[in-house]
Amino acid sequence: MSKIAVDEVAVSKMAVSKAVMSKVAVDKVADRKTTEREANVHRSSASPLANVSQILPFSCVDGPGSRLVIFLQGCNYSCKNCHNPHTITPCDHCGDCIPACPQAALTLDSSGVKPRIVWDSQRCNQCDACLSACSKQSNPKTQQYSVGQLLAQIRINLPFINGITVSGGEASLQLPFVIALFKAIKASPQLSHLSCMLDTNGSLNHTGWHKLLPYLDGAMVDLKAWQQETHNYITGRDNHRVFQSLTLLAQHNKLYEVRLLHIPGISDFDHEIAALSHYLNQLPESVRIKLNAFHHHGVTGEAAHWPNCHEADIQQLATQLSQRGVKHLVLPSVYL
Amino acid sequence: MTLLNTLASIVSDPHLSPKQKSNYLALEAEASLPYVAVSDAVTAAMQAGIICDMFEGHAPFKPRYVLPDYAKFLRQGSAHLELAAATDLDEAINALIILYHHVPSVTNMPVYLGQLDELLMPYVDGVDEQTLYRKLKNVWIMLDRTLPDAFVHVNIGPSDNIVCRTLLKIDAELKQVVPNLTFMYDPATTPDDLLLMAASNICECNKPHIANYPLHASAFDAKGFGIVSCYNALPLAGGANTLVRINLKQVASQASSIDAFFEHTLPTYCALAYELIEARAKFLHQESHFFDSFLVKEGLIEPSRFAPMFGIYGMAEAVDILLGNAPISEQMSDKPSKHYGHHDGANQLGYRISKALDAIVKSTPVTYGYNDRALLHSQSGISLDVDVTPGVRIPYGTEPNPVAHIQALAPHHQYYTSGISDILTIDATVKQNPEAMLQLCKGAFNLGFREFSANVASNDLIRVTGYMIKLSDIAAFKQQGSRTNTTGLGAEAAQNTGILKRQPRVAALELTPSYSE
Ligand code: SF4
Ligand code: SF4
Repeated sequence: MSKIAVDEVAVSKMAVSKAVMSKVAVDKVADRKTTEREANVHRSSASPLANVSQILPFSCVDGPGSRLVIFLQGCNYSCKNCHNPHTITPCDHCGDCIPACPQAALTLDSSGVKPRIVWDSQRCNQCDACLSACSKQSNPKTQQYSVGQLLAQIRINLPFINGITVSGGEASLQLPFVIALFKAIKASPQLSHLSCMLDTNGSLNHTGWHKLLPYLDGAMVDLKAWQQETHNYITGRDNHRVFQSLTLLAQHNKLYEVRLLHIPGISDFDHEIAALSHYLNQLPESVRIKLNAFHHHGVTGEAAHWPNCHEADIQQLATQLSQRGVKHLVLPSVYL
Repeated sequence: MTLLNTLASIVSDPHLSPKQKSNYLALEAEASLPYVAVSDAVTAAMQAGIICDMFEGHAPFKPRYVLPDYAKFLRQGSAHLELAAATDLDEAINALIILYHHVPSVTNMPVYLGQLDELLMPYVDGVDEQTLYRKLKNVWIMLDRTLPDAFVHVNIGPSDNIVCRTLLKIDAELKQVVPNLTFMYDPATTPDDLLLMAASNICECNKPHIANYPLHASAFDAKGFGIVSCYNALPLAGGANTLVRINLKQVASQASSIDAFFEHTLPTYCALAYELIEARAKFLHQESHFFDSFLVKEGLIEPSRFAPMFGIYGMAEAVDILLGNAPISEQMSDKPSKHYGHHDGANQLGYRISKALDAIVKSTPVTYGYNDRALLHSQSGISLDVDVTPGVRIPYGTEPNPVAHIQALAPHHQYYTSGISDILTIDATVKQNPEAMLQLCKGAFNLGFREFSANVASNDLIRVTGYMIKLSDIAAFKQQGSRTNTTGLGAEAAQNTGILKRQPRVAALELTPSYSE
């Protein structure tokens, strides 16, 4: 119980200190190649453990109803606008962050084949100095969870939730684990009523989706930009896969929500409004079109100089979309 | 200040309405009478702020809360008020409004307006939906404008009916402070879509509070109960004759050890609280002639259904003091801590204290009580409380996430028969997802919560992708960024000229029980 409490506030603190996180540390990684990271990510390996950066016991923005959200560490995009850059890379246990910890909460366990960083949650005061010290956009406080451990966590919160959502990072990078978790939920008479949702950047391939679909109730997919170049500029990747994923999920009635992050002057939804509206209109009517407003919180690097998205910007985009027949628009409840 | 000076400053106070002035003048007059006779030990404990009479006055001449049997009144009319039994909706509404003005309470406002849907349902046959909506909306506006006190309380539910749904609709539309609203939820009779309507209303306007109907009903007899004022559950056709509360923080700081607290300190101060309860209830029942009222003669209230409320507050501080924890602050709340609300050991000590209080209250007879007993109450504070947390709540600003919050407090709820209010702060993102609110409410009741109150609007914490941030942090930042220009001047002017000091039209009289300039 107190662990959960700590987890959540831990992150709230993280958010605050990230804002002042050293720009230098982040710039150092900016030119790191995406492929280099992916080598660390093991999308295909059947790992029995999940690399979890955080568990939120109660969320109302990650799918229908009240949800427990599991955030997995590791992402294959390098979005300039990332609000959580320390979730991008799995920790490589280099130990560079150890001296930065004022509480001596970090140690290196060298007893195994490879050294491992060990985080003592009791000593940690969530100052996040370790995050600033890490030059690899990682976090020594991520934890390994087995399916059984997560099920136990879910059971504690059972009366309060309608389902669970696996988010990230990019959740689909730990696909075998996600499948194992969803499968276990669906197999348990006590838990099978919980809906299982995935929050994703849409980069998973067809084979991956087909493995997941039998256990998946729905997905929330980010569409970060309409044009290839814009998508590339923002995320470092092209968006072919995203469109393929959207089509496939829509065909199988598993597309719950498409998320458009509006960055005035940077994202291209307003310029491509006709094509975008046309595309959204062919998705099933039940699909929620969620408009998100870009803000600076936690953002580092060049995106910190991008303009904030205000309520008026979102309203304008929403008006343009609804004038072109786009329904089921969901607007932010709060602007920062 | 001498009495005359105080009276003079009340009558010439620029911020009070004539009615507010009359109220404060009356309070000062009563306060100039000798206090009901109590021992020196009680007086000393009161002066030390360990037990407190909630500023109910020196010579109680009206009960703290009164819950008339409005249904009986509508059925039989009133000889005293020269009213015949109501025969249609207009007459029923008219009669209720008349009676509201004859129901006293500690604040002189009627804190209980009845189980309004149940009361009006017998009169809505043949009234079309639109007419009903229009009439009830007028009632709602009238209540807010004529009984401007945040503690004036209406009950609805648990059954599904047109009055209940219409009132929920109106309440969300008008977003008024008055009346306060409790929706009774009974899983056996309340359909999910009605509970969802209530949950959506909370997202709109932080109302209604949702009461765990079966749990409350089982604590009272067949005649029933009502939720009044600030989430107090009391017998219908009765009420509370007085409320005396114990400051557990102070009690804990008098105790030399945890054992001494349970064996000696707590029982001692409880005994003093009982002495005060007896003295105040005796004056009310024996000297004041309140129970000669037509409310008693016409059977709308019964003296035997009035109970003293045995209130406690400062549980969080008491536990932390007994465990030797330094006071918790907002800055510390995001760290692992051994504090109340955050640590299982601390929470367990809290439950033990509640259990001990329950045992004392259930075994101590009183002269004027419900089944000869007082009712335990987790008291939600008044504006004069500084550095002490209401009831058994987790200190404001240090609350964990809503689920952990409910889990930490649920085991207390079984003990507090006459009410316990824990306000859950839910971030504003819930506004687009009332199903989440509904599920949270069900989860809370599943764990034994008596009353579910959620606060959305004033919520400072907000989810951003994977984490929570505080809107005030952002605001502070934005302010720092704008220090150099002139935006600060407006706020400064407001502060210095007191233009914001005007008393609001709608007050919360129980929170500010005495006059202060
Ligand atoms: S968090 Fe970063 S610095 Fe620390 S061990 Fe992991 S990769 Fe190295
Ligand atoms: S947040 Fe990181 S640096 Fe700070 S105490 Fe915890 S482990 Fe150490």
